[in-house]
Amino acid sequence: MIKTNSLPVHGQETTKNFVIALAGNPNVGKSTVFNRLTGLNQHTGNWPGKTVIKAEGAFSHRNRRYTLVDLPGTYSLHASSTDEQVARDFICFSRPDLTLIVCDATCLERNLNLVLQILEITDRVVLCVNLLDEAERKGIYVDTAMLSQQLGIPVVGTAARSGRGLTRLKDVLDDMVAGKIVTTPRQVVYDPELETSINELEERLTPYLPDWINSRWVALRILERDYSILDHITCTRLGSYPRQVVKEEVALCLT
Amino acid sequence: MSNINNQGVSVLRDIEPLLPGNVANIRDRIVSGIYRQAEDISVQVVRTENPHQIGLEARLDSILTSRWLGFPIMLLLLTLVLWITITGANYPSQLLASGLFRIEGQFLNLFVAWGAPDWLTGVLILGMYRSLAWVVSVMLPPMAIFFPLFTLLEDLGYLPRVAFNMDNLFRRAGAHGKQCLTMCMGFGCNAAGVTSCRIIDSPRERLIAILTNTFSICNGRFPTLIALATIFMGTLVARAYSSMLATLVVVGIIMAGILTTLLVSYFLSRTLLRGVSSFFVLELPPFRKPQLGQILIRSLLDRTLFVLWRAVVIAVPAGALTWILANSFVADTSIFALIAGWLDPMGQLMGMDGIILIAFLLGLPANEIVLPILIMGYLSAGTMLELDSLNALRTLLLDHGWTWITALCVMLFSLLHFPCGTTLYTIFQETRSVRWTLIAALLPLALGILVTLLVNQGAQLILR
Repeated sequence: MIKTNSLPVHGQETTKNFVIALAGNPNVGKSTVFNRLTGLNQHTGNWPGKTVIKAEGAFSHRNRRYTLVDLPGTYSLHASSTDEQVARDFICFSRPDLTLIVCDATCLERNLNLVLQILEITDRVVLCVNLLDEAERKGIYVDTAMLSQQLGIPVVGTAARSGRGLTRLKDVLDDMVAGKIVTTPRQVVYDPELETSINELEERLTPYLPDWINSRWVALRILERDYSILDHITCTRLGSYPRQVVKEEVALCLT
Repeated sequence: MSNINNQGVSVLRDIEPLLPGNVANIRDRIVSGIYRQAEDISVQVVRTENPHQIGLEARLDSILTSRWLGFPIMLLLLTLVLWITITGANYPSQLLASGLFRIEGQFLNLFVAWGAPDWLTGVLILGMYRSLAWVVSVMLPPMAIFFPLFTLLEDLGYLPRVAFNMDNLFRRAGAHGKQCLTMCMGFGCNAAGVTSCRIIDSPRERLIAILTNTFSICNGRFPTLIALATIFMGTLVARAYSSMLATLVVVGIIMAGILTTLLVSYFLSRTLLRGVSSFFVLELPPFRKPQLGQILIRSLLDRTLFVLWRAVVIAVPAGALTWILANSFVADTSIFALIAGWLDPMGQLMGMDGIILIAFLLGLPANEIVLPILIMGYLSAGTMLELDSLNALRTLLLDHGWTWITALCVMLFSLLHFPCGTTLYTIFQETRSVRWTLIAALLPLALGILVTLLVNQGAQLILR
């Protein structure tokens, strides 16, 4: 099995190494961004599913040290495949300091599905709209300022293959880590009936969940009966977790 | 999974009846909520001009992946790439060989001048240096041409189209469509191919992909095939067509490999690894303008030099070992000749000889060194001749009774035998099972013995 908590999580040390998770759809130039940032030469290939294992690389910027973890490319985080599970578990349970999402400017809409899903898990997200050069060649223009406003997170446009926008990307990553940027991630609003169930379940669950986890997200996963996340919660913190209580709470709000 | 985890799950198993009835419905509503939002945002931030350009790509895709043209185009491209490789590699190969063997002569003179003992000259020059020279001159030129071309196709985004074309075939063989991608990776390196099988989620289909990966001719075997095809098959016809025929033979062997992959997958999915194939979504990535500089650097440094280095590192000690085996005598016969003699009857049945089989056995660490060991074996087992060109190699092989049937059998056996040591180790790492690793080694070997036996006996029957 893949270990999800092998990397250092949030700590208080001043000389710490900041962990950035690199997520994104397959074939959006994630590995190219990875190479550009870390100076490593992981092989990049133009086919989906090329990055099978998590690759790690390090870089420094403005006197801070970062570890970049390249996650497998996925279209969603529904944990229906190993790739998706690896990516989701890392973002959620390894709690990187930041999650950098790379997306393809030429088909932004499809990429936004993953972005919105990640925003449900964590608010420490920077979005990198990559392949701007290719998009421009095709006559597609993305308004990154507007996108940033819509999503409530910093958005940087890049063309990683030529290196365009990468310095700014590093600056933004640094500002995020330094706490200079406050994010207000856009929340997906579901249909009213579903919203009622989510809110009820969330309210009951919150007291029993660790404070770092997004309880709304947990409620959503339980509603679609994806229990695998509870394994992690029980594993990481709850030796003495009052399971019986959770069970009753969940049962109460669903009747 | 541990007990703690199971307990965690069981809590929710209990409340499962209480959750809203239709899971698919809830999931659909969640997904559609996200999609709606994505669409809303996208409409506000994306502006598109001249949309007809995207149509061009779609048209190109409809040709490359069309039912009728998809396969011919694939074959044509493969043939073209190999033809360029074979034609282009010929001259530099000759040049390198003559250069490196001139240096060998000078080394020999130097050793004689120093009065070095015979065994030292033997191990260092005739063993180590000579196999090194062979590896470099036979392997470097084809690799330096083939890898950039292959990387170019990869960069353009052609490989996923290949997977798209082949998906149906793989599904009918009871395997996963993604197996085509892992197979393509195998053409680079089987060990990498086996690792890439992780993209297949179902354990059954992943095992099939792992076990059949060795049927993709890897980098280590391409040069051997190309060299043999050039010097044997090429000379069967007039000079003008020789490189074309050589190309077609190599293409044929690759096709035989793909066919074997499908047949073995079919066989496995109906015997040892029964089950239905699962669905998957394969996105056709956009065609991208390849970055020529990057391609050259990556393919030359990462692939060509990497493979060459691996070959050299293993070839040098293997060359020394071969020389020692060939020059240590037990009652007038060298150990090499002893083993060769013992393997010979088996080899003859399969259209080869004992020395060829030893070469494959000693080549277990890396397929790259099979041909060099073979040459060493022949050289040290008998006549010494000045080997300075592919022509001389041809003469050497002819002297040892090779015919085009021998060459064909060696090529087939190169396709169908145990995977190299690195690949076997990777298979063990991935499956964590000695049993599957053994099957991965023995299954292709058994097939290889069977096929070469049939081909050889069949050819002998027809020719007689």
